[in-house]
Amino acid sequence: MSGDNVWILGTHMTKFGRHGDVDLIDLASQSAMGALRDGGVTIHDMEVLGAGSLFNAMAGVGQQLQKQIGQTGIPVYNVANACATGATALRTVYLTIKAGEADMGLAVGVEQMGKGGLLGAGGLGDRARKEYKPSGRYGSVMQVEGLLGTGLMPGVFAQAGMEYAYEHGGVGFEQFAKVAEKNHAHSTLNPLAHYQKQFTLDEIMTADMMSYPNTLLMCCPNTDGSAAVVLVSEEKLRTLSKEQQARAVKVSASVLTTDPWTERAQVQPDVNTLTRNAAQKAYDIAGVDPKDLDLVELHDCFATAELVHYDNLMLCEPGGAGEWIDKRGPWRDGEIPVNVSGGLISKGHPIGATGLANIYEVATHLRGEAGDRQIEGAKVGLTHVIGLGSACGVHILEKAAV
Amino acid sequence: MAKQVPIVDYLVIDDGPPHLVAWEAVDSGALYFDRRNADALGGGTEFKRRTLGTDGVVRSFTIVQRGVPGVPVPYVSALVDLDGGGCVKGNIVSCPPDPDHVALGMPVRMTTFVAGTDDDGTEAVAFAFEPTNRED
Repeated sequence: MSGDNVWILGTHMTKFGRHGDVDLIDLASQSAMGALRDGGVTIHDMEVLGAGSLFNAMAGVGQQLQKQIGQTGIPVYNVANACATGATALRTVYLTIKAGEADMGLAVGVEQMGKGGLLGAGGLGDRARKEYKPSGRYGSVMQVEGLLGTGLMPGVFAQAGMEYAYEHGGVGFEQFAKVAEKNHAHSTLNPLAHYQKQFTLDEIMTADMMSYPNTLLMCCPNTDGSAAVVLVSEEKLRTLSKEQQARAVKVSASVLTTDPWTERAQVQPDVNTLTRNAAQKAYDIAGVDPKDLDLVELHDCFATAELVHYDNLMLCEPGGAGEWIDKRGPWRDGEIPVNVSGGLISKGHPIGATGLANIYEVATHLRGEAGDRQIEGAKVGLTHVIGLGSACGVHILEKAAV
Repeated sequence: MAKQVPIVDYLVIDDGPPHLVAWEAVDSGALYFDRRNADALGGGTEFKRRTLGTDGVVRSFTIVQRGVPGVPVPYVSALVDLDGGGCVKGNIVSCPPDPDHVALGMPVRMTTFVAGTDDDGTEAVAFAFEPTNRED
């Protein structure tokens, strides 16, 4: 019903990793059917489907999925929104329920990236005959990547982290590396993570340098995987079984933002302002203070990115992200556990699935079902994703009684 | 001397010392390097050309060790706040590409280099930044 609260009824994610033996729709089917089963419902109960896959944005992934698991004629929204694709798929379903057009819906995110290499080169490709003629909005005569700075992802996010160091101090190579040390350690408790291997700080800092200060072990891998969430209106939830109600998780805030105009963002993506805006709006809507959070899954595509988001999400004192990682604030036994799943750095980053895998992780803790990596007594959690371009999704989830 | 063209149209190489130019939105003062449909800050459609300074300060950098094919590594990519306004991304040159020699807040000055030659012998001229001493 319009204005009604929206709840998570079921959720599932595949093991993240390299899945060369299956295709995109196999992965999407696995998470979708898993989420339906987890929620005690079927595809025939779904009234809307949101499907996110960035690299297959034109492929009608939602309809392909329906043709495997249930062609029921419901509306499908295929979405692509950079690394916020999964969060956008979820929000599409959320908004449909909020608008009163559906009582129940399914959001699925999936990506099959293989060994994709470095992302973000863009620009002009090779030409048969080399002739310097201006083209494009910058009148460029040739590929400029590497000649006029870098737009490759490890470098873009390295520069975002170094900009934070410039503005606030107390941050250097070691603080960034400590982020990766934490996330690799956390991943050893998550059987669904792409990698589950712990590394020492020294091993991380002496690993192959990709783009200073991000070494290989401070960069997320290209990963295959899928995650799915079933959402339900509160009114509908009240008609379901006591067990379904007891395991349901409340979506206390769902926010999507883009980057407002800032001067420097014309030459380097500003990952901060839209994250701060999304976080503030989510805290206001949910009536939650950052200090209330029991766990956070945030967008650590690179170690340098995670550090700046401690500040953007207001988890640490303003300007104090370096100090916060130094005192182990975001470790699973710290002040506010961050990325206890292993994060994108170790769990992996199948782009379309990431925003829903974060929801899976937090919801699983709030249900008390996270096994060895359970954050005991978790009641409130936050998820965050950001895609360049830019789009930011923040969700606040709460364990609550219907 | 070979014919030269700028690598991008916001680099001017044929009107005095090489320098960058931006589109400045008349209403808001917002600066852009790309061809515009309108001002993303204020919404206006009137722009004028503005010459930017050639000196500035490094506000962020990275040292790229894995790049695209054909571009030698390592190289330093930096965001430079230009004196008098504007921020631009470019490489730091004339300086060893390591964190002992590149520093946040380091003063730099724009320079140019030939980035390539096409099949007609035309050279593409790119810009970069090199460290300076403020006492210069």
